[in-house]
Amino acid sequence: MKAKVHVTLKNGVLDPQGKAVEHALGTLGFAGVGEVRIGKYIELELTDEAEKTKENIENMCKQLLANTVIENFDVEIVE
Amino acid sequence: MKAAVIVFPGSNCDRDMMVGIEHSLGRKPEMVWHKETELPDVDFIAIPGGFSYGDYLRCGAMSAHSPIMQEVIKKANEGVRVLGVCNGFQILTEAGLLPGVLMRNAKLKFICKDAHLKVENAQTDFTANYTQGQAIRIPVAHHDGNYFAADDVLKGLEDNNQVAFRYCDEAGNVTEEANINGSRNNIAGVFNENKNVLGMMPHPERLCDPQLGGTDGKPLFDALVEALS
Repeated sequence: MKAKVHVTLKNGVLDPQGKAVEHALGTLGFAGVGEVRIGKYIELELTDEAEKTKENIENMCKQLLANTVIENFDVEIVE
Repeated sequence: MKAAVIVFPGSNCDRDMMVGIEHSLGRKPEMVWHKETELPDVDFIAIPGGFSYGDYLRCGAMSAHSPIMQEVIKKANEGVRVLGVCNGFQILTEAGLLPGVLMRNAKLKFICKDAHLKVENAQTDFTANYTQGQAIRIPVAHHDGNYFAADDVLKGLEDNNQVAFRYCDEAGNVTEEANINGSRNNIAGVFNENKNVLGMMPHPERLCDPQLGGTDGKPLFDALVEALS
């Protein structure tokens, strides 16, 4: 059992790294790329005990994996 | 004043902080390893700069959960003065002792130079030896010093005089150009609501000795010593 966690910047929070990548893609000649936003992807291997509830993973996100002042998180549990 | 400096794996300004405090206090502060679970009897705690835990996950995120931080949070809530500089500021925001967060500098570059700061609130135990509106020169050295807080939080900070310092030019003008890292409202340092916790990106401890090129950081430590003696 695994949890896949995506941590992304909230709307309205400026992402200078995303802006730089957006600019670089344009410089490389790739057309049609709009706004670029950079986030994190975290994989957690779970034992039976840890995977009990999605709530448990959400608490991990709130307490450590994401900073909810600027970040959103999304949890997906997979077999 | 009885002072302690917390040392994390990856702290690299802990000795500077010790020397800075010693200049004003006349004796060395206690150095406390982050794995300790108890603090000595102190009325001032400094969280130094550096790259604790290699900035893993987010700057300050891992250190905010170090064993000693529970004790720091407890003491801060009891009114003990706490100063976080640079990585120390990042740790205090991650620990929830200060609002907001420090993001990557707007221009993505590590900035290492002297910055000018306008003293926005000279009526605290940290800033009483500066004058209101004074422009001071303090070195910065950071990659993630871009202060961000949501609109409502920012308004609360401004309304409650919790902004300690703003980036300004040499004459004290708070301008877009002087905002070296893109911080909202040019914020370089903030207090908690009770003004007993201060976090700032610039390093006052690095400018406490004329032989190092200036003493604009010294009044901060002098003020603490006076307030806590």
